[in-house]
Amino acid sequence: MKAPANLKFTKSHEWVLVEDNIVTIGIADYAQQELGDITYLELPEVGASVSAGEPFAVVESVKAAADIYAPLDGEVLERNESAVDSPEVINTSPYGEAWLVKIQVSEPAQVDGLMSATDYDTFAEALAH
Amino acid sequence: MGKHEASLKRTALFDRHQALGARIVPFAGWEMPVQYAGILAEHRTVRTAAGLFDLGHMGQVDVTGPDALKFLQFSTTSDVSTLSPGEAKYGLLPNDDGGVVDDIIVYRYPEGEDGYMICVNASNADRDVDWWNTLRERRRDLDVTIEDVSPRIGMIAIQGPQSEAIVKKITEAPVEDVDYFSWRDGVFAGVDAKVARTGYTGEDGFEFYASNDEIGSIWDALLEAGADEGVAPIGLGARDTLRLEARMPLYGQELGDDISPYEAGLGWAVSLTKGDFVGRDKMEQVKTDGPKRRTVGFNTVGRSGTPRAHSVVEVDGREVGFVTSGAYSPTLEQNIGLALVERDVAGVGKPLQIIVRDKPVEAVQVRTPFYKREQF
Repeated sequence: MKAPANLKFTKSHEWVLVEDNIVTIGIADYAQQELGDITYLELPEVGASVSAGEPFAVVESVKAAADIYAPLDGEVLERNESAVDSPEVINTSPYGEAWLVKIQVSEPAQVDGLMSATDYDTFAEALAH
Repeated sequence: MGKHEASLKRTALFDRHQALGARIVPFAGWEMPVQYAGILAEHRTVRTAAGLFDLGHMGQVDVTGPDALKFLQFSTTSDVSTLSPGEAKYGLLPNDDGGVVDDIIVYRYPEGEDGYMICVNASNADRDVDWWNTLRERRRDLDVTIEDVSPRIGMIAIQGPQSEAIVKKITEAPVEDVDYFSWRDGVFAGVDAKVARTGYTGEDGFEFYASNDEIGSIWDALLEAGADEGVAPIGLGARDTLRLEARMPLYGQELGDDISPYEAGLGWAVSLTKGDFVGRDKMEQVKTDGPKRRTVGFNTVGRSGTPRAHSVVEVDGREVGFVTSGAYSPTLEQNIGLALVERDVAGVGKPLQIIVRDKPVEAVQVRTPFYKREQF
């Protein structure tokens, strides 16, 4: 699946939708494919602080658990409770229903360090081969 | 992932797995398919229809000669003397300390053939053969030949409720007459093979042994013949969740050099009455004293992360053991597992706390197997 052009990406396969100083975070299609069937999602509480590059959530597939890394510094504003209840949406709709959290960004300049969708596609393509 | 690693071995079916879109991983020295369509889908295919497994990585050892039976009575835990030609039995390869080197199936060759074939785990095949050779040196009084025939034998399995119907389409052999834990010769898709009614999924099914050069023809024929029944190839990922639901042990997890069969809940695979065998007195001592640890089944309570092998188990903040196998159960749609715990805390209905990512997850002990198929 091609990365949606309106999203930014990390090398650890998180996607970021930037809307002023509020960002929505999810995991990329490549990552859900690598993980396989996702059975569990653990998200930080609303109000929790997250730091760029640090683990802030966990997904588990049948085979293994994997950390999700915060793309930016900030504070959790909202969690996607329906993704917690039905984590398989991460497999079926990684860029849609399966957003994970919304974050109030504290260092907006960090957005410039994220990859564009086309750069991310090239990056993920190289990993797959 | 998926990159070729020169030191790893490939089964005769490797190219087929690639063509089928499998994800390939290193496993026990082999490049093996871990999944094709996905673990959950594959698991359900085996529970509801039938799945095909490449088991070419598993080892086979022939034990033949006039004293083959005496040697197996000495070097395995089960009473093999009860086997008629064509019958098989689960057992353990013991060490001197009352622990386990491997878990095995001993097949007595059908009428007209001499000796026994032992099916062993891929991860242990080399050290099993070394250990049997050591034991043969101890018993120079016995006339026995031990041969690792794995390099020339391929192995596949078909497992699931539709297995018999599918197999009947590729053979004239009366496979409906093959009883559980027995095997016989037959021609399948034009290939001479032995077919055994054994498996590692908790479903009805068959395992085929044939020459490495020809086993692919049986695989292809089963995939084609079973298309209407929904047969699909199954990787190691679903093999693990299937066997765990059926509470079948995995060596290196439920079984090991320092775990007694009585602790693993496999006392039924040990015959203390058949005469002397390696490690017998140590095993009897554990049985007499009562095992200090017990293997118990559990499921987690409510939504939580999945306890996995090696997760620490606590009761009221005290460490009492560890998880030997843990997974999300596709059939039960909850986390299940087995844990080796101090005997005082063992008991169906009693609680355990399992540490997942530094936090305790509430679990309750349950009866096993977690899944039992309806008998036909």
